Amino acid sequence: MSARQLGRSAAGFWWYLLPGAVAFIAIVAVPFGANIYLSLTKWSGVGSPRFIGADNYTRLLQDDVFWGSFRNSLAMVVAMVIVPTVIGLLLASTLFDVIGRRFGNKTASFLRATFYLPQVLPVVVAGILWGWLLRPDGAFNALLNAIGLGGLSHDWLGDPRTALPMVMLVMIWVQIGYPVVIFMAALQRVDPDLYEAAEIDGAGWFRRFQAITLPQIRPETFVVALTCTIAALKVFGPIWALTRGGPNNATTVPSYFAYNAFFNKLQVGYGAAVATALTLLIVIVSLAFLRIQSRTESAEER
Amino acid sequence: MAAMTRSRRDPDRYRKGPMRWLVLALLVFTAALVLVPFALMLLNAFKSPADYSGNGPLSWPDSFQLDGLATYWRQVRFEQKLLNSIVISGSVAVLGVVLSLLNAYALGVGRVRGRVWIVGLFLLANMVPQEALVYPLYFLAKETGLYNSRLSVIIIFTVIQSAFGTYLLASVLGTFPKALLEAAAIDGASRWTTLWRVVVPTLRPTLSVLLIFFFIWTWNEFFIPLVMLIDNSTQTVPLALASLQGDRLMDATTTNAGALISLLPTVIFFLLFQRTLTRGVTAGAVK
Repeated sequence: MSARQLGRSAAGFWWYLLPGAVAFIAIVAVPFGANIYLSLTKWSGVGSPRFIGADNYTRLLQDDVFWGSFRNSLAMVVAMVIVPTVIGLLLASTLFDVIGRRFGNKTASFLRATFYLPQVLPVVVAGILWGWLLRPDGAFNALLNAIGLGGLSHDWLGDPRTALPMVMLVMIWVQIGYPVVIFMAALQRVDPDLYEAAEIDGAGWFRRFQAITLPQIRPETFVVALTCTIAALKVFGPIWALTRGGPNNATTVPSYFAYNAFFNKLQVGYGAAVATALTLLIVIVSLAFLRIQSRTESAEER
Repeated sequence: MAAMTRSRRDPDRYRKGPMRWLVLALLVFTAALVLVPFALMLLNAFKSPADYSGNGPLSWPDSFQLDGLATYWRQVRFEQKLLNSIVISGSVAVLGVVLSLLNAYALGVGRVRGRVWIVGLFLLANMVPQEALVYPLYFLAKETGLYNSRLSVIIIFTVIQSAFGTYLLASVLGTFPKALLEAAAIDGASRWTTLWRVVVPTLRPTLSVLLIFFFIWTWNEFFIPLVMLIDNSTQTVPLALASLQGDRLMDATTTNAGALISLLPTVIFFLLFQRTLTRGVTAGAVK
């Protein structure tokens, strides 16, 4: 009876979707559609857009700065996904396995909070702090001088050769806490008997890490990899704060490229094309991730 | 049985050996590395500009000056930025959670037709980079007179955050205990009453995590506020520091003082809600 009541009223639930639907259409769907339209036009932001078909896209394919921005995206993936995930795995498993069990949970959670601290800052504030550290008269060069390596001192963000590696370093610093927190929580879910049994069988730390830790926390590893990859492809604030894409486009990323086209160069159509291409890339990468995930899951079930 | 005798014969090497101290030292060292930028910032936020230019960034301050902090505070009218950030992030957190809840109620409990596609659409909206929305939104805001208003940013982030909130809550509500809903239906509760009297109280821990997350995420946002808020009277805490840096007027001590003041609210918030935050990060991870 009550089930029928609920079933009969299912249609009435549409009302609850109404505010969300209206807001979603106004703020996401329509602007996104408009962006795709704009990407097919030439427009400076004033007057009316002139339809030019796929010209912006063909121009993109020949634009070295555009390709450079995607190469820099790869560097961001290394700095924000690969390095933090690997280091995060090691930190989390030693925190859990050695520190948590030998020195107590207090020590482990204190260290975990320290690693996580950079994650809570507004990323642009972190960028400005690092921008000062890496300035010619900043603390980084002063540190080098202090330890007798003054010969290495450098305008770290002003030199095209070192700018990108330095931005990567900053992003590693920002990102490292996220996988640590997720992986530590994941490890709490793992049955401690597994570790005990392995330990009793004489498995060393590395063997246990390989045979128990890694397979057990695979779902979390997936989520970390996916969310961080999306974040790496979208990264904007740190680039804006550290280098504004410079020097000489050495650190330009797609989102900064689009921003620059929109608001500095007044090439709205071209910026919209970059933004659309970036969206497409993010959706493809996410779908690929989800596909691989569901495939490994179903393989495990078999 | 065999395992037990073996464990007695071969006690854990890490329990007593020096290895564990080595591991501890290594981790403490890494944690210290993470803290170095903060330490340098603290060191230099309290110096006078003359002290900084004379003795460099590594020396201990001659005297602890609060001038840099005061100058920064006055220069950017920090109390105003703080208020803007609180108003924007607070409104987005509350409105975003309400909107997510309404969506998820229809999708998770109501099981409206096509809900898988609708949830997928929200997930997609969460993935779309803000660059692909920003120009039309900027144009729209100018047309409607909402440009350079806190309201424009509140509306935009309410929707963007609720895309994630809907995705998360819909899967939580999909497994909401049927018995509770049925009991409410038998008691004659309407859907509206059921939502606020039964669903919300049960979901309170998840909702509070979401509230805190929306608040922090919105607080830390930079791209859309950078485009939408050009006026000093509407800008947020991160923007204030960034726009000042853009002027290239800031000396090193003001930069550090500004960075310190700007990240203090988030650090305090982090210390207050550390447990909720880590719980939330994990809740998000395992869905």
